[in-house]
Amino acid sequence: MMQTIDPIILTLILLVPLAGAILVALAPDRGKLPNWIALLTTLCSFLLTLHLPAHFVSGASGFQFEVNRPWIESPAIFYHVGIDGLSLWFVVLVGLLAPVGVLASWNAIKERRKIFYALFLVQQTAMFGVFVSLDLMLYYGFWELSLVPMAILIAMYGRNDGPRAALKFFLFTFIPSAPLLVAILWLYARTGSFDYVHLQYALAHQAFPASALCWVAFAFLFAFAVKVPVFPLHGWLADTFSEAPVALAMVVAGKLGLYSMLRFHIGLFPAQARALASLLIALAVIGVLYGACLALVQRDFWRLMAFASVSHLSLIVLAIYGLTFTGWSGGVYQILSHGVVDGALFLLLGALEVRYVSTAIASYGGLAAKLPRAATYFVIASLTMIGLPLLSGFVGEFTILSTTFVDVNRGWAIAATIGVILGACYMLWLVQRLFYGPENSSIASHPAVDLHFGELAVLTPLVILMFVMGVMPSLWTNTIQTGVHPPQPARYIESAQAPLAVSASLPVEGQR
Amino acid sequence: MNAPLHLWLIPLLPFAGFLVNGILGARLPKWLVTTVALLAPLGAFAVVLVRAAGFLGAAAAVAAPITETCPSAWISIGALHIDFSLVLDQLSLVMLLIITGVGLLIHIYSVGYMDDDPGYWRYFSYLNLFLFFMTTLVLAGNVLLLFVGWEGVGLASYLLIGFWYQKTSAADAGKKAFIANRIGDFGFLIGIFLLLANFGTLTFSEIAAKLASNPAWTGGILTATALCLLVGATGKSAQLPLYIWLPDAMEGPTPVSALIHAATMVTAGVYMIARTHFLFDRSPFALGVVAVVGAATALFAATMGLVQNDIKRVLAYSTISQLGYMFLGCGVAAYSAAVFHLMTHAFFKALLFLAAGSVIHAMGGEQDMRRMGGLRKKIPVTFWTMTAAVIAICGIWPFAGFFSKDAILYAAFVHGVSGEILWSVGFVTALLTALYMFRLWYMTFLGESRSPDVHPHESPWSMLGPLVVLALLSLGGGWIGIERFAEFLAPVTGHNAAVSSVPHLELWLSVLAVAVALEGWLIADKYYRRKPERPAALVAAMPGVYKLLVNKYYVDEIYNFVFVKPLLALSRWVLEGFIDWVVLGGLAWLLGGVATLAGAILQRWQSGNLRSYAAWLAAGAAAVLLFAVVPFLLSSHGIDLHWAGH
Repeated sequence: MMQTIDPIILTLILLVPLAGAILVALAPDRGKLPNWIALLTTLCSFLLTLHLPAHFVSGASGFQFEVNRPWIESPAIFYHVGIDGLSLWFVVLVGLLAPVGVLASWNAIKERRKIFYALFLVQQTAMFGVFVSLDLMLYYGFWELSLVPMAILIAMYGRNDGPRAALKFFLFTFIPSAPLLVAILWLYARTGSFDYVHLQYALAHQAFPASALCWVAFAFLFAFAVKVPVFPLHGWLADTFSEAPVALAMVVAGKLGLYSMLRFHIGLFPAQARALASLLIALAVIGVLYGACLALVQRDFWRLMAFASVSHLSLIVLAIYGLTFTGWSGGVYQILSHGVVDGALFLLLGALEVRYVSTAIASYGGLAAKLPRAATYFVIASLTMIGLPLLSGFVGEFTILSTTFVDVNRGWAIAATIGVILGACYMLWLVQRLFYGPENSSIASHPAVDLHFGELAVLTPLVILMFVMGVMPSLWTNTIQTGVHPPQPARYIESAQAPLAVSASLPVEGQR
Repeated sequence: MNAPLHLWLIPLLPFAGFLVNGILGARLPKWLVTTVALLAPLGAFAVVLVRAAGFLGAAAAVAAPITETCPSAWISIGALHIDFSLVLDQLSLVMLLIITGVGLLIHIYSVGYMDDDPGYWRYFSYLNLFLFFMTTLVLAGNVLLLFVGWEGVGLASYLLIGFWYQKTSAADAGKKAFIANRIGDFGFLIGIFLLLANFGTLTFSEIAAKLASNPAWTGGILTATALCLLVGATGKSAQLPLYIWLPDAMEGPTPVSALIHAATMVTAGVYMIARTHFLFDRSPFALGVVAVVGAATALFAATMGLVQNDIKRVLAYSTISQLGYMFLGCGVAAYSAAVFHLMTHAFFKALLFLAAGSVIHAMGGEQDMRRMGGLRKKIPVTFWTMTAAVIAICGIWPFAGFFSKDAILYAAFVHGVSGEILWSVGFVTALLTALYMFRLWYMTFLGESRSPDVHPHESPWSMLGPLVVLALLSLGGGWIGIERFAEFLAPVTGHNAAVSSVPHLELWLSVLAVAVALEGWLIADKYYRRKPERPAALVAAMPGVYKLLVNKYYVDEIYNFVFVKPLLALSRWVLEGFIDWVVLGGLAWLLGGVATLAGAILQRWQSGNLRSYAAWLAAGAAAVLLFAVVPFLLSSHGIDLHWAGH
């Protein structure tokens, strides 16, 4: 019975938020009606995404739930969607964060609710689309579509200077999209296809002008690196975080760009990616430390979260361009963990902002006595973020750092591990400045209301998820590993099969 | 052997206690919170006792380690495979007996001590959480699971130091402890990576087996690995140079200081070195560093302990100093002696803290010894139990500290020429130990009361009971003797090869050690009882030295000046101010010649006119199609888009 919706499940996932958006736009803007429509829609789409892992065939190779229909004859654009172990959990993550985003906006968005929720839902469709598209033109359409509602909403709902931040966002993300489009079209001109599988095969077996291919690959990389963002292209992130509505800031960074790197940059151009790998590893490690150092000195908690994100996402970039199987699996897992943790932290900080109307860290202090639940959840989420074992952040972090050390480069791995210290510094300091110490007089006048039912209803599952992901990562990593195909088998996989040979050779190395 | 009680019960019982009290504690009646909180360590202790009976029942030589592995792996990613595996052997058994036994006593004591605190339930849930992680740490069958416990006890310590979080000093101290430990953990992590790179596994038994099959493999990468692990150990066990967090950790409730910051958690570094001794044994250099760090810390901390006036801070420096002895023991490969001292220290140091807590309780929260005095008659049980602990820590026969400290000093002395230097450092430290401990004893209990308006009262029996039990252990805990103890641990730590050619050397060294301890007592007696004006005169004679000591050698200030301030300045002015704003921001706006153009277009968005957004979307889509169609049309007519250059 359930199997019968397999062929259309991805289409449903794409259409449900869009239908919700239309419904919001048509329905009257009365009370919290748009909120409720958006909430029901996002819950609905989340349930639909859960169908995917439930019916995913772990052993099978290739794409599942695949649909491949001609859409536009000329140019030959296909409606080609499908998922594998790589994209499976990203779709679920987007589905999970959608209702979280609606609840984060519940009290924060008071005006023009219709526009907000309609655009928010369009954004959901776009993000789903990025993760399921297997036709490059389709993918590009969703990629662009994901930027538009974001820019508009930043401009409309900015805290201080929305239009300026929106402009910055626009410049940083739309401009690199243009070369991406040109690169996609160049590929099409050469091969007559936008199809991912076909292109991957063609790029591996057909001769292309080498330098042109380099530029094409670079155009792909550049667009993705800005979106992640990779140091030094992170200029838009802090402004976006401090101006964008919480629900959108929660999803703007990270997973879209990182997934695209894995699938479309390295997936299509393994040789070109390998050539640039050492540069990206260096940038990633710089990003880890740079982001952490800047997070230390921020005075606004959204900006702090922005630089913390730069630091954490750079670690995943390090995993990706280490080009090892273990690193990729750990990296994908870390993206999921980061999504969950960031969701929880953004929700909590948003809840504080709604209550106390301030984003300056210095105006807080001593909240733990008044808001014990918020303090507890915030501490747990912070600990997850700084990689405390048995919480979800540790698994990915340890996997990435250890495999970088063992297989890629010891120096860079050691440098990146310093991020572990700095991460604890800025997060614990943030916790202390928000929640501990004597109560700050500037917030004492506000009525203290601890987290209400709606917030608890979202945060509690997220926190439980952090525990489960920390203790039983295999529930996720088993499927992730079926979809992870780094360009060449890493040395470590061979050496793990013959560990004795390694240790036998080491004394010599040790005495050198 | 049939296993009626699973090992995993030992950590999971406290974890259950943590969950129940942590989630429901605020709503449960107090007696129920207490019951849950006490059942957790009681259950764990009972399980440990049953397993210990099984272990001791078997002939000591054949008692093989018991391993329990969770059928599904914890992390299984690519080449990385980590199990949840628990191993019970002689070493972990000793540790478990200390942790759950002393832990149980301190839980009982806390019922009285924390009685009127509004965070009662929260306190006990953290305490149970600590036991969960600490038992995980000592039962772990691989390095990463040990690291889980390692980080976890750090978390519990962070939460409990900052238990009274409204106090800025407490919140600061918690954060400082966590970060200092993180710096150590950085080294530990690198050590784990090195193990993974060179052994391909993190399981202790497999690493040991690989080393055993490669007897010629010494030094080199093994030294690096051992030193990295040592960095981790110095963080957790408060050794030079990362000891700075422990004195501040006294901000936490006193029973926490007793359990976490004296008896158990801070000894994790010693345990870790003993657990991975097969690695350290292959690197004489790393062992030497361990010994030097230990001896230096022992002496250094003892000097600072001499001038402290806060009763808990004296004990904190004393803990650092005693941990230094344990490191010294490890460094001369006398692991069983180090663990022996770990055990006796757990008894008498927990007792010292709990008795100090009883004093503070009696004095209505006063911690400054200058306002105490004359408490001997007022709180006799506390006085007598504390006296037992003071004699024990000074290493005076027949108290427990004598046997264990003696074992370490002897092992150091017979460790060659460098060993004799190390021994002499330990010897001087023993003098200082007796001096500052009896100083504490005199200032607190003897003489006249210096706070006449305070009316001290003896603590309730829930607090005195644990004191009495610990006093008995401080007296008799060492009578088992190092020979039997070392023999018991031999399957894990190997045989202690310390033999001397000089007859009666051990006896002479013991006599010397006791003599020096008594000398310390005599000096304290002279300065703090017979001639109480002398200390002030001494301070006046050497103002520089006194200032240096009382300011703790300015180490906190130096760290702040050398590390913290430059890092913040670098981040704020160079990275953020210059690179982020000037360089990157400037570049971005240079590129934004386009920006002004786009900005003009974006002006329309501000209007909030939905129709213009829609128009924009449509225009964008049209542009995409145009771009897509044109090249296709061109190429389908045989015109190819050529790229410049090849």
